[in-house]
Amino acid sequence: MQAHEIVTTILLALGCLVSMTGAYGLLRMPDFYTRLHTAGKTDSLGQFLIFLGLVLVTPDLLTQLKLIAVAMILMIAAPTATHAITKAAHLHHLRPWTKGDPGGEP
Amino acid sequence: MSWVYLATAVVLLVGMFMILIRAIAGPTVYDRILATNALGTKTIVFVTLLGYISGRTEFIDMAIIYALVSFITTIAILKFAEMGRLD
Repeated sequence: MQAHEIVTTILLALGCLVSMTGAYGLLRMPDFYTRLHTAGKTDSLGQFLIFLGLVLVTPDLLTQLKLIAVAMILMIAAPTATHAITKAAHLHHLRPWTKGDPGGEP
Repeated sequence: MSWVYLATAVVLLVGMFMILIRAIAGPTVYDRILATNALGTKTIVFVTLLGYISGRTEFIDMAIIYALVSFITTIAILKFAEMGRLD
C-alpha cells in the first residue's frame, strides 16, 4: 500500500464511522428534532469525507472534478433539505420533546 | 485496495438498513421524509463506491443525477405535506 492509499483508507473509515453514528442516532433518539440534529449533521460530513478519500486515489482529472461536483452539490442540497423539513415541521406545530415527557423510547 | 471499498459499502448498507427501519416505523410524516432524505445521501455514496468496486467510474454520473433528483423529490414531498397541494 502506498501513502495516499493509506490516507484514503483512513478517510473512508472516518466517513463510515460518522455515517454509522448518524444512522444509529436516527434510530435511537427520542423525538423528531433530535433525530434531525443527528441525521442532518452527519450526512454532510460523512459523504464529504468519503468523497475526499476517493478523490485521492483517482488518477483522472475529469473524474476528480466529478467527485468534487457531487460533494459540493450534496453540501448545498442536504442542509437546505434539512432546513426545509425543520420549517415544515415547525409550521405544523410539532412540539419538541422535553425531559419527563412520555415517548422517550425509540 | 478493492476490499476497502467493499468494506465501506457493506458498512453503508448496514446504516441504510437502520435508516430504513426509521423510515418504516417513524411516528410522524416528517420522520419518514427525513429518513428518506438521509437514505438518498447514503445511496449516492453507495453508487459511487459500487463504481469503484467494479472499476467503472462512469457511475459518478449516475450519482450526480441521483443527488439532484433526490433533492427535488424531498422539496416536492415537503411542499405537498405542508400545503396539501403542489401548485
